[in-house]
Parts: sequence; C-alpha cells; structure tokens
Amino acid sequence: MVFDEADRVATIELEKDRDVVRARSRVADAMKACGSSDLMQTRFVTAVSEVVRNALTHAGGGTLAIYAMPGQRQVGIECRDAGRGIADIDAAMVDGFTTRRGSMGRGLGGAKRLSKAFAIESSSENGTTVRMIGACSLR
Amino acid sequence: MNAAAIYAVEGVLLVSITSDITDTDIIDLQEALSKRIADTECRGVVVDISALEIVDTFVGRVLAQLTSVARLLDAETYVVGMRPAVAMTLVELGMYLPENHTALTLSHALDKMRQSGLVDGLRRG
Repeated sequence: MVFDEADRVATIELEKDRDVVRARSRVADAMKACGSSDLMQTRFVTAVSEVVRNALTHAGGGTLAIYAMPGQRQVGIECRDAGRGIADIDAAMVDGFTTRRGSMGRGLGGAKRLSKAFAIESSSENGTTVRMIGACSLR
Repeated sequence: MNAAAIYAVEGVLLVSITSDITDTDIIDLQEALSKRIADTECRGVVVDISALEIVDTFVGRVLAQLTSVARLLDAETYVVGMRPAVAMTLVELGMYLPENHTALTLSHALDKMRQSGLVDGLRRG
C-alpha cells in the first residue's frame, strides 16, 4: 500500500496522549471533507485511534501522516514508530493477544476489521509502520 | 479536571465526558469518581458519553473498570448517550461492555434506577 498519488493533508508528531486526540480529530476532518457517512467516519477514526495509541504506549511515540484520496473517496494514514517492533505480527493481530495486563488485545485486529485496507511492517531495526485506508462510504 | 465533570443529580452522580478527553484524563476521572461515590454514599452513577465521537478499546476498557470499581463500592453504573455509530463500531471490535448497564438518555437511566431503588439516597445500613 503506497500513498504516492495521494495528497498529504496533515502530519502529526505523536508525543503525548493529547496528540492521540489531535490525530483523531484531523482524521475525522479528512473523512468529513470526502463526504463520509457518520458510521464510516466513526469506524475509521476508531481504527486510527488504536494504532496511534499503540505507537505511543509501545514505542514511546511516532508520526502519523494523513492522506486524502478525493477521487476515490478514501482517506489513508501511515503511522510510523521507531520502537522495538512486534515480535510476532500474526499473533498480535489475533483478538485477545496482549503484552500488557489489563489490556484486552483487540486493538490491532479491530483496526484491521474497521478499515478498508490494512498493512503492517515491523522489525526490531526499523520499528513498526501501519498503513490503513478508510472508505467514506460502503459503495 | 475539565475534560470530565461529576455532578450530583437526584441522588446519583452524573459524569459528563467531553469529546477531547485524553487517556490520562479518563484515568484521573476513575480515581475522582471512586472518591465521590464513597464520600456521597450514592448508589447510582450515570456516565454520559454523548460527546464522544468514538469509543475505542482503551476507553471501552476504562468504562468497564469504572463500572467494576463502582460496583465494589455498592453503586450501579449506567452508560448513556452512546451514538449509534459508536455502538456499531464497538460490536465490530467485539466489545459488548457486558459490565455496563446502558440507557439511551439520562432520564431513561434515572427511571431505571428509580425502579430498582438506586435513586435518592436509599442506601441505609
């Protein structure tokens, strides 16, 4: 998944939990701008909230880029961190997997279900990058 | 705390959460609310989430914890004002919030609490 043809509409440095709120709000704006339905916006903003919080809590921060794809009525995001990476991505995608007590481990799998397209790359050298596309309507 | 406020209404505690609440705020809220429940000896809590545009797994988990803590302090919690799109998204996430009672609005929650005798200081011991 690449966003070469898309317009980058915002870049947000993820440093503290206030930035998660900002990230959600900017993605919501981008969805609104492409005429998203309430449900599609809620679904994708929730997905973004999950991956952005992961970058903050597991990697100490990262960067979120938001892309508009007006012709396709879609919004794309790329969330990149420089953390230690995820040892077993397949396991991490399964509901119930968590490395933290008290967490429910539905975040990554949930984000994938709530987005139209989902891709994740992770290594101990380069950290974790998640790319997702949210559709503004089902049709 | 300005991201959430706790009001005493008809003998229950009404918690109102604003749209820009952060993870830290919501954990602070949990602590403040537990204290207020013990101090006021109230038996009912209503958490109004109508301002929340999304509820993700973190917020869902905190809502469940808040309810569990309140229950240990002998108070029942109702979550009110959930947007339809939020309900649909939570189900897709597999989060059914089984710990929480829900009601569409504050007045529905108060009605339900009256029926079960949780309103207006019925705690006597």
